[in-house]
This record gives sequence, structure tokens and C-alpha cells, in this order.
Amino acid sequence: MIGLDHYLTVAAILFTIGVLGIFLNRRNIILMLMAIELILLAVNINLVAFSAFLGDLTGQVFAMFVLTVAAAEAAIGLAILVIFFRRRGSIAVDDADRMRG
Amino acid sequence: MNLAAILPELILTVSAIVLMMVAALGRRMTPVTTWASVAALIAACFALLGQPQSAGALFGGLIVADGFGAFGKLICFVSAAVAIVAAHGWFERGSEHGAEYPVLILFASVGMAVMVSSTSLMTLYVGLELSSLASYVLASYRRTDERSAEAGLKYFVLGALASGILLYGISLLYGFTGTTGFAGVAAAFARDATPSIGLLFGLVFTLAGLAFKISAVPFHMWTPDVYEGAPTPVTAFFASAPKAAAVLLSTRVCLEAMAPATDAWRQIVIFAALASIFLGAIAAYGQTNIKRLLAYSSINNVGFALIGLAAGTATGASAILFYMAIYVVMTLGAFLCVLRMRTADGQPVETLASLSGLSQTRPALAWAIAFFMFSLAGIPPFFGFWPKLLVFWAAVGAGYYPLAVVGILGAVIGAYYYLKIVKIMFFDAPAEPYGKVRAPLETALIFLSALVISPVGYFLIGPLGRLADNAAGSLF
Repeated sequence: MIGLDHYLTVAAILFTIGVLGIFLNRRNIILMLMAIELILLAVNINLVAFSAFLGDLTGQVFAMFVLTVAAAEAAIGLAILVIFFRRRGSIAVDDADRMRG
Repeated sequence: MNLAAILPELILTVSAIVLMMVAALGRRMTPVTTWASVAALIAACFALLGQPQSAGALFGGLIVADGFGAFGKLICFVSAAVAIVAAHGWFERGSEHGAEYPVLILFASVGMAVMVSSTSLMTLYVGLELSSLASYVLASYRRTDERSAEAGLKYFVLGALASGILLYGISLLYGFTGTTGFAGVAAAFARDATPSIGLLFGLVFTLAGLAFKISAVPFHMWTPDVYEGAPTPVTAFFASAPKAAAVLLSTRVCLEAMAPATDAWRQIVIFAALASIFLGAIAAYGQTNIKRLLAYSSINNVGFALIGLAAGTATGASAILFYMAIYVVMTLGAFLCVLRMRTADGQPVETLASLSGLSQTRPALAWAIAFFMFSLAGIPPFFGFWPKLLVFWAAVGAGYYPLAVVGILGAVIGAYYYLKIVKIMFFDAPAEPYGKVRAPLETALIFLSALVISPVGYFLIGPLGRLADNAAGSLF
């Protein structure tokens, strides 16, 4: 029988992979966008699992909001990536180094 | 349904959508969108003053119209209007298109208005994202400039990560309390003497996400890069309105949703406060770029505001409101001065070296910058001293003497780099003089903010203090 904690474990693993994907990946900014999506989907699994477990619809409504915002975020992220690529001719993470820090 | 209670948000949303269409007509529409946006923000301020302060919970407890939210919205709307005025004439010079800039600020303002009045984790998230998404675009607004594109990219990646962390915390809070309303979350925290491990994880992740948005120390790393790379009017906006809104949002979350778990979040807030104060003060030493330096200054100032939050009392909340109101005036004034730093042919300069000997070439500008620096440092005759005193008072009142003492120590260390700028301007040999900028409205704004933070500002203690006390009272 698959219970709530199974879902929470999957979500926690996906969340961790997403966070590590942002910090460990030094190659490509597209991979960062994918990692961000992974984090948001992990949250959605959490919300929907809790919602089903609690018998409360709020979590599923929240998941809809997260999906909508994630779509807007991906659009803006890709647009910024395009202007960055136009100036630098590269989307490598290590090339974002015009400023110290 | 009481639509009058959300009149300011309605005004801003409708005008933002209409002006977005107008902006599509081309760059000659820039003056139209600029002044129409300023008018919309001023109208929203008046709608705010006219509306009932105690309309209570709206839309099934998703948002609330109270004094705290009204105070926050007033700060945000006024700073947003100043940021729009500051950009007037800035974007027309290059090949950029300036018509969308005010529209994006309007969208961000709607997001901030939702943030400061949210009483549900769902509206909190939507408001935060609305203001963040507009901010990402604003950071990369000068798309022909490498540094602006890079600032936008860094802000986006780290901001999205912070939103993800915040959301994960929210999902845990929802799961372990069974509700997204702040009142329900507080009730769940109050049920047990020690919160369950799931609730604690939710609390920590939520606070970590919020700490990013206010650029408190463990999550500050994006701030200097984004502030340096973003166009200067955008930086002025970032340092004022969204920061104030995020600080007030964190205050509401801590004092309303997590009030029964004060002991759990207080240690986190104390750490973030002291770390921000010291890192902001020490890391600013080696900076040669004025925008980077002001970024560290904003990290430092957030630390002081968090001391008021650590107190966890109504006095502390009132001190935070007072602090943010005065901080916004000082920061906007300082950035309006930075906008004046241009070469003879109108190119912006940002180095500290170019300020040297400014008191001989442009005495009025040098005095204005000196005023803002003294006030940001919190040196007594200037008004910037008073809010710092209020947050320390609140900490002492709650019995946190060591916190106040260490905080004051941090303020003394931080004073060094503010005074260094004054020394460069007044005692170094003059550098190449700046070109003249003709912008009477901005000059008036610099004068007005300098007046507020000068000793004359002490006349504001009465009215502003009463307003902040009333606003803080609505949280308890």
C-alpha cells in the first residue's frame, strides 16, 4: 500500500536533485531551468499528496497556481537566457562572470 | 464582496493592463506611460487613504485590509512612483525602449500590494511571484548591456530557487496544519508545546525563502551583482519598494502565522540580523563601485530591521515599519544622487574614484550625498539615527540586551565606509567634473528626501510614529 510518506519521500528526493542541479551544474544554464522545474514539480507532488490525504481541495488549487506561475517563470527565464546568449554567444554557467561575486 | 477595500490594487491592475497596450504602440509613448503610471500610483495612494482601514478579512480570508497593509502599500507605491520618475530620461538616451518600464513597475507594485496584505500562504506566493517576475525582467531591461543581461540571469536563477525553497516550506506547512490561512497555521502551531518536526521544516524553509527576498545574510549573494548590473533606476527600485514589501511580509508571517512558535524562529532571525549587519558592514570595505556599495548598505540595513522583528513585540513591529519608511527615503535619495553621476557627454559613471573632490566641482550634489551617507550610517543629528534607536529600544524592551549591544557595534563598524565616501568627496583632489543634468523634478525629490532625513525630520516622529503604532497594532 502506498501511503503519504512514500509521496513525501519522492518529493523530497526530487527537491534535493533540483537544488543540487542548480549548485553542482557548471555547464549549461538550460539545465538550471530544468532543475527549477524539478523543484516546483516536487512541491506539486507534496501539495497534491497532502491534499488527497487531508481530504481538502486547497492543496490542489494551490498546485494549479504553482503550475501557472511555473509556466510564466519558464517563459521569462528563457527570454532572459536569449538576450544573454545574444550578447555573449554562450550559455555556459561559467561565462556569467562580468561582475565579481 | 467588498471591492472598495481592494480599490488601490484594482486601479493599478487596470492601468497596468491598459498601459501595456499603449506601450505596444512604440517608444514615442514613453512619456505617456511614464506619467500615466505615476498618476495611477498617486491615485492608488489616495484610494488607500480613503478606504476603511478595518475592512477585515476579504475573499474568504485570502487577503486583509488593515493598517499594516495600508502602511506597507503606501511605502511601496510612493517608492515605485519615485523609481519611475528617476528613470524618466534615462532610457531614452540609448537604443532602449523605455515605454514598458513603468508598466513593469506597476505590475510589481500590484504584487507588492498583495504581499503586504496577504493572510494566506497562497496569496503570499502569488503576490511574491508577481513582484519577482516583473523584477527579473526589470533587472535585464537594458538588453544591449552585457552586465544587465547577466544581472537578470543571476537574479532569475537564484530568485526561482528561493521561490522553490519557499514553496516547499509552504507545502509542508499546509500538509502539517491542514490549512493555508495564517490564522489556521497559527492555531496549529499553538496546539503543541513544541512544534512537530514537519512544521519546523516548513518554518525553516519558508523563512529561508523570505530571507532571500529581503537579501538577509545567508541568502544575500545575488544582491551585489544584481544591484551593480541592473540599470540604476531599476536598482533604486529594487533597493526600496520590493525590499520594504518583503520585510513587511516576513514580519506578518512571523508575527501572525508563526506567533506561537516565536522561540523557534527568533534564533533564525537573530542570526540573520547580526550576520547581515556585520557582513554588510565588512564586505563593503573593498568596493569601488557605488552601486555595489549601496547593495551592501541595503544588506546592512535589513539586518537592523530584523532586530526589530527578533523582539517579536508590537513595539518591534512598529519600529520595523518606521525603519522601512525612513530607509526607503534615504536609499531613494542616495540613488537619485547616483543617477546624477554622469560624464560630460551623459554616460553614467559608477566608480567611487569619480566622486573625488566633488565638493569643489558640484558642492550641492556633494552635500546631498553626504547627508544620505551620514543618515544611512545612523549618525545622531540626522534622522537615520532615530529608526535605528527604535529597533534597539524594541530589542532592549524585549530583554535582548546582547543583541542590541552587538547591533550597535555593527552600526559603528558600518559607519566607516559611509564616512569614507564623505572623505573622498570633501578631502580628495578633484577628478573629472560630472556633466550637467537638467531634471528639476528629480532635484526637487533629492531636496525633499534630504530634508526628511535632515534633523528637520524629527518633526515627523509624532505623526509617523502614531501611524506605525496603529499599523503594528493590527497584527496583534
